Amino acid sequence: MQTAIRCTALTKRYNTRPPVEAVRGIDLEIAVGECFGLLGPNGAGKTTTMEILEGLLKATSGEVEILGLRWGRDDAEIRRRIGISLQETRLADKLTVLETVTLFRSFYPSGMTPMEAIEKVSLQEKAKSYVVRLSGGQRQRLSVACALAGDPELLFLDEPTTGLDPQSRRQLWEIIEGFKAAGRTVFLTTHYMDEAEKLCDRVAVVDRGLVIALGTPAALIASIGGEHLIDFSLLQKSHDLSDDRLRRVETVETVSREADRISLAVRQPHLALPSLVGLLANDGYALADLTIRHATLEDVFVRLTGRNLRDTPETSA
Amino acid sequence: MTTPVESSSGRYHPLLQLVLARLREFLREPAAVFWVYGFPLLIALALGTAFRERPLERIKIDLRGASDRPDRVEDLRAKLAGDPRVEVELSTADNWQKRLSAGKTDLVILVPSDATKPLEFWEEPNRPESILARSAAEAAILRGEYPDAKPIERSSVDIQGSRYIDFLIPGLLGMNLMSGGLWGLGFVTVEMRTRKLLKRVLATPMKRSDFLLSLMLSRLIFTLPEVTLLLTFGYYLFGVAIQGSLPLLLLVIAMGGACFGGVGLLIASRAKTVETVSGLMNLVMLPMFVVSGIFFSSERFPEAIQPVIQALPLTALNEALRAVILEGAGFAQILPRLVVLALWGGISFAVALKIFRWE
Repeated sequence: MQTAIRCTALTKRYNTRPPVEAVRGIDLEIAVGECFGLLGPNGAGKTTTMEILEGLLKATSGEVEILGLRWGRDDAEIRRRIGISLQETRLADKLTVLETVTLFRSFYPSGMTPMEAIEKVSLQEKAKSYVVRLSGGQRQRLSVACALAGDPELLFLDEPTTGLDPQSRRQLWEIIEGFKAAGRTVFLTTHYMDEAEKLCDRVAVVDRGLVIALGTPAALIASIGGEHLIDFSLLQKSHDLSDDRLRRVETVETVSREADRISLAVRQPHLALPSLVGLLANDGYALADLTIRHATLEDVFVRLTGRNLRDTPETSA
Repeated sequence: MTTPVESSSGRYHPLLQLVLARLREFLREPAAVFWVYGFPLLIALALGTAFRERPLERIKIDLRGASDRPDRVEDLRAKLAGDPRVEVELSTADNWQKRLSAGKTDLVILVPSDATKPLEFWEEPNRPESILARSAAEAAILRGEYPDAKPIERSSVDIQGSRYIDFLIPGLLGMNLMSGGLWGLGFVTVEMRTRKLLKRVLATPMKRSDFLLSLMLSRLIFTLPEVTLLLTFGYYLFGVAIQGSLPLLLLVIAMGGACFGGVGLLIASRAKTVETVSGLMNLVMLPMFVVSGIFFSSERFPEAIQPVIQALPLTALNEALRAVILEGAGFAQILPRLVVLALWGGISFAVALKIFRWE
């Protein structure tokens, strides 16, 4: 199998006061044709890692290889063969979609026609519109069209759907899946777990500059002990229902709590549920509510870090 | 697997596309168009009108005499009337000193009631008008005393090329080339940097020099209408004609524009915010506004600092423009000035390319 991206012992330290270690030793190996997601809360080091891989930042230490080439030696060739969509690039307001893509296309020695790139992101109808008139989702698609103009083998997308409405997100997912279907490699960062589960063959969960879990979404979810979660809360706000007691519920793997809510990871919900209900009735508790759901990468993250993805991380250490 | 096939195809030529993008962005921003083209014209119009002709059309003199000898005041007034420029005001008020210091009058003459006592002249030595008024009054009085003195024939130089407006138009042109180049490039560059657009294009195989060159080229293209407007305006409104060759003038203008484009890039090469770059621009421009001969000749400054002044790009540009426009100078005569411009532009561009911050 060919390797699209390989990095070993990657670190990045910003010499600010105090110094910030944004990346503290990351190893990744991504195969050609893979869609790989870097997942983690804001400030985890995702963007820094990605920009090092894109050659926009210099690593403090560590090795990077892109399509078998190296930054510092083969820059021009790497740039010809990769496409990039950065977070929050504001393209020129008063250029049209077509003019913008044509401009980006002109930087590449070969590639698709600008109109082809625009069709790939379904912006044909907006080809003559000024960028300033596009919605957030359309701008993001335009950004991807600019990344596609050089017909790249490897596409980097930094939080491609952050801040977009559900429909726009789905449109972008389709574009990414289409690119992937052509056997190309995608490397994306996201802090949306559903996005990673939907798009990525493998994900690396990053927290505070380190990879804390790596694998297929299914494997990561399985690693927390059960694919199903029973979330419930009790009418009695103060109670002494212990974790030990709850572990007697059939097929339960783990117990976790967040405020009043109790969450059980279980292997077989059809056995666990009657068992739980019986146990609560026996102990004299009444349910306020209960839901059964599939475990997500979000649960993986919470389990691994004890924090929610949306929590503000303490990365300044 | 990646063979550069269409690299020479004009349709996707990066430099061309970059210049086109700049031109489009600029022309689609009406406010920017006004500030670049309208504003300099307004300045030229205002200054040109203010300094259009500068003969001393009026010399204002206050006469203040003792009330018991109105005849002496009248006598003096008659003598002063010998100079048609003099405008006399008979003053009885006590605020004459204030009128003098406020510039409401140029000279105050106190006429004593005792004929043996001398006339008392009050002037404001910091105002050239005041000094002139004193000379004019003295001359008029003397001519009045000695009506038989030989008349003096007066002629004035008012040929084209020597009036103040002739001096001013090339200076304004130089000023526009400087501020246009500096603001045009500096602002746009920093704005693109804050938008992360620079970082985005850096992530492509685009050549960095293409990008910076495109900024300078598009700046030069914007300059053309600006220069044409100003020169046409100068010609039709004030009769400032171009004595030298037009291609040579265009060369000077292009080199001036490119030079300040390079300096603008250098100023903007590290700045992260529009505020920083504005401060730096002013720091660079203000000294040249003063010493480089826009509104008055730079030769007025002390000999000791002349080498510095002459080495400044705006001085070189203004001198070259004046030489070509007013004196019809040829290439050889302005070559040293062009060398100064080329050095400033070339070195600035090279350094900017080296230290340019793309994010």
